[in-house]
Amino acid sequence: MASRTDFGPPNYKEMLPPVIEKNYGQWLYHERVKPGVLKHVAESGDELYTVRVGSSRLVSTDWIRDVCAIADEFCGGHLRFTSRHNLEFLVSDPAKVEPLIAHLKANGFAVGGTGHAISNPVHTQGWIHCHTPATDASGIVKAVMDDLYEYFVDMKLPAYCRISLACCLNMCGAVHCSDVAILGIHRKPPHINHDIVRAKCEIPNVIAACPTGAIRPDPKNKTLTVNEEKCMYCGNCYTMCPGMPVADPVGDGVSIWVGGKISSARTPPKFSRLVIPFLPNNPPRWPEVTDAVRNIVETWASHAHKHERMGEWIDRIGWERFFTLANIPFSVQLIDDFTLASDTYRSTPTFKW
Amino acid sequence: MPNAQDSDTPLLDQLEEGPWPSFVTEIKRSAEKTEAAKDLLRQLERSYNDRIGHWKHGGIVGVKGYGGGVIGRYTDLPEEFPGVAEFHTLRVNMPAGWFYTSDKLRQLCDVWDKHGSGLTNMHGATGDIILLGAPTAALQPCFDDLAEIGFDLGGSGSDMRTPSCCVGPGRCEFACIDTLDLLHSITLEFQDELHRPMFPYKSKIKISGCPNDCVASVARSDFSIVGTWRDNIRINPDEVANYANSDLDIQAEVVNLCPTHCMSWDPAAKNLTIDDAECNRCMHCINVMPKALRVGKEKGATFLVGGKAPIVHGALLSWVIVPFMKVEPPYDEIKDLVRRIWEWWDENGRMRERLGELINRLGMRAFLKAVDLPPVPQMIRAPRANPYYFWDPEEVK
Ligand code: HEM
Ligand code: HEM
Ligand code: HEM
Ligand code: HEM
Ligand code: SF4
Ligand code: SF4
Ligand code: SF4
Ligand code: SF4
Repeated sequence: MASRTDFGPPNYKEMLPPVIEKNYGQWLYHERVKPGVLKHVAESGDELYTVRVGSSRLVSTDWIRDVCAIADEFCGGHLRFTSRHNLEFLVSDPAKVEPLIAHLKANGFAVGGTGHAISNPVHTQGWIHCHTPATDASGIVKAVMDDLYEYFVDMKLPAYCRISLACCLNMCGAVHCSDVAILGIHRKPPHINHDIVRAKCEIPNVIAACPTGAIRPDPKNKTLTVNEEKCMYCGNCYTMCPGMPVADPVGDGVSIWVGGKISSARTPPKFSRLVIPFLPNNPPRWPEVTDAVRNIVETWASHAHKHERMGEWIDRIGWERFFTLANIPFSVQLIDDFTLASDTYRSTPTFKW
Repeated sequence: MPNAQDSDTPLLDQLEEGPWPSFVTEIKRSAEKTEAAKDLLRQLERSYNDRIGHWKHGGIVGVKGYGGGVIGRYTDLPEEFPGVAEFHTLRVNMPAGWFYTSDKLRQLCDVWDKHGSGLTNMHGATGDIILLGAPTAALQPCFDDLAEIGFDLGGSGSDMRTPSCCVGPGRCEFACIDTLDLLHSITLEFQDELHRPMFPYKSKIKISGCPNDCVASVARSDFSIVGTWRDNIRINPDEVANYANSDLDIQAEVVNLCPTHCMSWDPAAKNLTIDDAECNRCMHCINVMPKALRVGKEKGATFLVGGKAPIVHGALLSWVIVPFMKVEPPYDEIKDLVRRIWEWWDENGRMRERLGELINRLGMRAFLKAVDLPPVPQMIRAPRANPYYFWDPEEVK
């Protein structure tokens, strides 16, 4: 029998707690009661408390069952997730808010991620599940957030700070518009195993997969060659052909980008810009990366005005000042020479030393 | 904490320490029950030693009737880690706004415990529930059981990817459109496009209720629908006075940061005024004073297109093509516009050419003409700075 298809996701209306069903679209205002706790008040006067906790994104069914049990006990079995992998308990009885928080803290949950805080980093699969990563995702996020935990559970920063991680330049996470983006990069073209290529790969398909046209057939030897100057290390050829792995323990590592934002508040969305071209993969705790991120966050936090996002602060002081304040060496990799590069060159003799 | 000498995974064990929730602990919990999770943990330890990944692509896998929704994955060390010889991912379409009841989630856990590794991502970066790790033979039975409890697959490959939206009217007073209902309606409307890849490349739709853009639609989607309003910000003078008496410095933190300089503050009279005609609706003042200021009443959305990641010719943020449109069920105007644009893209797009790249290649002029939209100044940041306009003979009369 053919399976049922094309019936779509569960209807959200069946998932909403009664207080939301009743006040849907009728919310009047909200308050940040304290870190991790939001209070929304509806026109009817009804109140909804949200208690937000961080998750590791990669979670077991056991964990899901645990949080379901908590939701049953404190909020009638209602919960939601955010676009940044946080979990939210939706509480309509104010008397249950403090017991819920106490229960969560006692069981090791990280309550926070609201307001002028560092929220949960959006990230991708890394060595857990993808075939082209230049670094791990979950491990760096864990190490960075252990280090910056105080900024998740408190609201002591000048403005929002969003950290994201993508494990290769395909960038399957929303990192390019983040206050701090951690991006895995390869620095070496694929090393070709010609025997595997001959045995297992459809050479025309591999050639067609290369976005930069770097791959040429080598009909005489029934294999192919890579024009290394054209290769941008995207790994598409490896997707098509197991004889062309792009990962390399020395070539692979992490780059750091700063100053992006998504919201249109005050200033339009901005892209993150490269400030550290390469840091080595140093598992399990990537100390070079955690130090670099902490330095950038704290340099911003100690110099920015209130409500000033990382990129807005840098626009005010200038990139040249950013590099001196953060004590980050400038290098040629930071100067764009890709599409639209000259847009980033300076055309005025007004700058700072 | 396991003793380092007995442990198979001394490096990963270090990631069980520290205050942030540990994904290693999660893998270990599933590893008590499934060989797949056990070998995932061992293979990851190997990656932490080798400093490279150990996965390969290896042929398309899926379920009957669908062209997407499953990502095939195989270890490159099957002898060493047989539990992950086939470790495919199912992308499962989440309910709008990621709202759940505990009963629904437990049903999902039951299905996944029966067929897979027990590991998930809540959620993946596109918004789907990611069920991480099942062998090929388990895919169809798993999907059949998912269908039984009302969960369908999301998108992958050259199709419409699972659309997503912000929490909107479910909990946010800033929402100018019903993001949840619009999302659900669009997802049901485009089931074929979601499940059967037939486009030049992937196509994404994301919906945010206001310019705060909590799902990053402008940065991450070919079609970005962002709520906004056309009339005046609603001011509650009593609450303004309350803010003035709190530790908020209205002049410094609100008025001086208004990008259009359209606000003024009289501290003596505690009177805040906004020249709404000059406001560009950036949300800053409303974000800072949510009790005193509310979005207007004449609500709708700005429709933007073309956002994409850098690969291959550089990244793009979406561009405004309809500055304001009403957003009301059954959302025909939006659905028609999406269809018209897909048609043009499908006809003209090269393999792996995203909508934004095609507009760049053929020109905004050709795009606007093809989808029949009038040029308006809200579309641009500035007019052109070169005289190289190629006149259409029609225009020279
Ligand atoms: C040639 C380019 C690309 C390739 C080869 C590629 C490949 C992949 C693969 C293999 C996965 C699955 C990872 C896994 O679960 O094993 C993935 C996930 C994903 N990709 Fe891509 N990708 C490419 C470009 C992009 C681009 C340009 C975007 C977005 C702009 C994107 C967005 C995503 C997202 C959101 C996910 C889900 C990631 C997660 O939640 O962990 N990808 N991609
Ligand atoms: C600084 C380096 C950058 C990084 C690390 C980066 C990373 C990413 C990632 C990971 C995504 C995937 C989002 C998702 O669908 O989940 C993405 C999407 C996107 N990026 Fe970037 N990006 C960078 C630079 C840029 C630049 C320079 C632009 C524009 C000029 C740009 C525009 C976009 C757009 C429009 C999307 C949405 C793409 C889509 O949904 O297909 N990015 N970026
Ligand atoms: C929209 C297109 C342009 C307009 C309307 C425009 C207009 C003008 C005008 C009115 C002047 C002053 C002439 C005078 O009084 O001496 C000028 C000067 C000049 N333009 Fe353009 N121009 C355009 C594009 C360009 C381009 C594309 C270039 C070169 C790539 C260029 C290079 C120059 C130079 C070198 C001068 C002389 C500047 C000087 O002597 O100080 N212009 N242009
Ligand atoms: C078919 C197209 C073009 C023709 C026939 C043309 C012709 C000329 C001529 C005759 C001159 C004066 C040379 C001299 O006496 O010193 C000139 C100068 C110049 N042209 Fe063009 N040009 C063309 C296209 C362009 C374009 C596309 C650009 C820029 C994008 C450009 C930029 C300039 C500049 C910068 C100068 C020097 C201006 C100055 O500093 O005096 N021209 N061009
Ligand atoms: S960013 Fe690269 S390595 Fe990471 S999941 Fe996407 S394609 Fe894979
Ligand atoms: S890694 Fe990418 S750019 Fe380099 S040869 Fe392979 S497909 Fe081409
Ligand atoms: S995008 Fe706007 S409406 Fe949607 S949740 Fe964010 S602030 Fe609220
Ligand atoms: S929404 Fe933005 S532009 Fe409009 S008044 Fe408020 S701060 Fe000024």
